[in-house]
Amino acid sequence: MVTTLSTDALWQVLEGVPDPEIPAVSVVDLGIVRAVSPERVTITPTYTGCPATQVIERDIRDALDAAGFRDVRIETTLSPPWTTDWISESGKAKLKAYGIAPPLAAGERAVECPQCGSTRTEEISRFGSTPCKAQWRCRDCLEPFDLFKCH
Amino acid sequence: MAGDPLRFETLLRLGDDSLILGQRLGEWCGHAPSVEVDLSLANMGLDLIGQATHFLNAAGVAEGKGRDGDALAFHRDVLDFRNCWMVEQPNGDFAQTMARQFLFSTWQHMLFGHLTGSSDETIAAVAAKAVKEVAYHAELSAEWVIRLGDGTEESRARMAAGLDWMWRFVPELFEMDEMATEAAARGIGADVSRFRGDYDARIAAVLAEATLEAPNDQRPILGGRRGHHGEHLGHLLAVMQFLPRTYPDATW
Repeated sequence: MVTTLSTDALWQVLEGVPDPEIPAVSVVDLGIVRAVSPERVTITPTYTGCPATQVIERDIRDALDAAGFRDVRIETTLSPPWTTDWISESGKAKLKAYGIAPPLAAGERAVECPQCGSTRTEEISRFGSTPCKAQWRCRDCLEPFDLFKCH
Repeated sequence: MAGDPLRFETLLRLGDDSLILGQRLGEWCGHAPSVEVDLSLANMGLDLIGQATHFLNAAGVAEGKGRDGDALAFHRDVLDFRNCWMVEQPNGDFAQTMARQFLFSTWQHMLFGHLTGSSDETIAAVAAKAVKEVAYHAELSAEWVIRLGDGTEESRARMAAGLDWMWRFVPELFEMDEMATEAAARGIGADVSRFRGDYDARIAAVLAEATLEAPNDQRPILGGRRGHHGEHLGHLLAVMQFLPRTYPDATW
């Protein structure tokens, strides 16, 4: 019982930690948090060289400390490797509302403009403002936007 | 803790390839022909530095002398680097950079594919994570080889010259020296000779689409894995290592 309660509280703390580069979503939404036990929080980097990884670990540490979980360790694991499939449905909705097209689901082909919903869109650059995003442009509303790459 | 020299050397080779090419790509930052290309090159560099961090930290542990990834990256001299010759080659123009990226990333993608089955947990985990990123590098650079090769007279001449510069460094990628053979036998490294045929076929297919001829075979340059390097690596290290060596306790 105690275990259940404390991991619930931990999850709640983690859900309040925003991603440093996309603050609209939490580290839980993005699937960065892989496991939570009363002793440790296991996280995984999105990209091998993602510079946010260290900031994320520090932000989680600060949030855990502030909530009184000073003895909960943070462990980083590479395996199994993170994939965009681990972004939660609510995370995808938040990305879209923030102006970032969420990664395409399996079988989906058309990239939808997060501004106007048009699927008449085209890639400008395979890399965007961060390694996990590509730059796209809408041919209807002409706005550029980021696409969270399938990974 | 007793070291494991074979693991140490295997991880150094992997880590140094990624580190040196990552540093080279970083040199483009702010100088690329367009902002999109600038982002591509910097992001590929970032992926490579990320791989290097994992490989070199693990190398430090395998060595057992208390060195971490930073110590290995910033406090070794040129003769102690184990990267292949291709990655230390100067950027040249954009076509030469893309020729290098195409020939290297195509190889690294196949290598990491094999290393996902490594008996070494760290190597397998980094390879499984990075193989998806390197697929992107290989694809992006192949597209540029095609676009420049099948482009204007000038872009075509530049891409042909870039490929010609890098061609003599391809055989080293497939060299199986004693150490690599032992690492493959122990299951931690890959037998690169197993994908030479796939590599040659992929390179030929892209060059055909780019309407380019493969360069003539040249005398191969070998020895990077044993610490023999060209004059370019020392200059690269001077830039990369200057700050941590001059201000050893510097922090951000």
